[in-house]
Amino acid sequence: MAEKSLEEKVKDIIVDQLGVNAEQVTNEAKFIEDLGADSLDTVELVMAFEEEFGVEVPDEDAEKLQTVGTVIEYLKDKTEK
Amino acid sequence: MKLENKVAIVTGAGRGIGAAIARIFAQNGASVACVSRTLENAKKTADEIQAMGRKAIPYAVDVSSAAESEATIQKIFTDFERVDVLVNNAGVTRDGLLARMSESDWDTVLDTNLKGAFLWTKPVARAMVKQRSGCIVNISSVVGLVGNGGQSNYAASKAGLIGFTKSVAREFASRGVTCNAIAPGFIVSDMTDSLPDAIKQKVVQAIPLGAFGKPEDIAEAALFLASPAGHYVTGQVLAVDGGMTM
Repeated sequence: MAEKSLEEKVKDIIVDQLGVNAEQVTNEAKFIEDLGADSLDTVELVMAFEEEFGVEVPDEDAEKLQTVGTVIEYLKDKTEK
Repeated sequence: MKLENKVAIVTGAGRGIGAAIARIFAQNGASVACVSRTLENAKKTADEIQAMGRKAIPYAVDVSSAAESEATIQKIFTDFERVDVLVNNAGVTRDGLLARMSESDWDTVLDTNLKGAFLWTKPVARAMVKQRSGCIVNISSVVGLVGNGGQSNYAASKAGLIGFTKSVAREFASRGVTCNAIAPGFIVSDMTDSLPDAIKQKVVQAIPLGAFGKPEDIAEAALFLASPAGHYVTGQVLAVDGGMTM
């Protein structure tokens, strides 16, 4: 089986964490407005991303990650370094 | 066994109220991370618990130090793998009239009693949120409720803990994590032993039940909050004070 792409892993985590349907998790979807996350959910999501990808996300970066797409771009950038 | 297979961190576990809490938790089945400023005191309590056949590890740390606290908490998670109960009990006094209080006496008390609770609660609460369960107990004081001449720094730190407790309780309630405070009255300990006899007598007169409390009285309250029996209680301040603050 092929290794899952970063994008797929990110979306899996979001589906799992927020209990939403995979179809809702588009790149444009906003965590709070579109996916019904509360502020603690967003903290938990960042914790889950940090764990999955072995990166550290400073609070000032975390605040900017408001859509699924920005998270994917951010993590791609972080993990390529 | 009210705390079978649970892991608890108790700060200030070397003596007094903290040692009593660590002991009663272990008697009820918990493994305990015993945190104290000195290894000697931490080890004393940990040894007692190990003698009961429970797991206990001593950690020497100044809870007001962010770096020391972070490193120790990481070590605790490695050693115990999870944490179910955190008791922020470590506390110090630097009593004196406000008119003569030094900035360093203010800072020492606030840094240990209040900032220490912040430094320990933050990482532990994150882990509790993830596991969708956990219990945080902050040891405040009646002095934080009614004030006390000569203890403006201590009273401020203990009142601060109450606001902190209620805010943490609100933030994490949706994740199954509770946070409560216990406000002990005058309890027999090294901290109250240092009071002059004249003051002790005056204090006793102000206690409706007519005597100082014992560390075990506070430990029983902490056990209730940490056990399944206390699962529906959050954001509360439980005064265990012989009736002083009714």
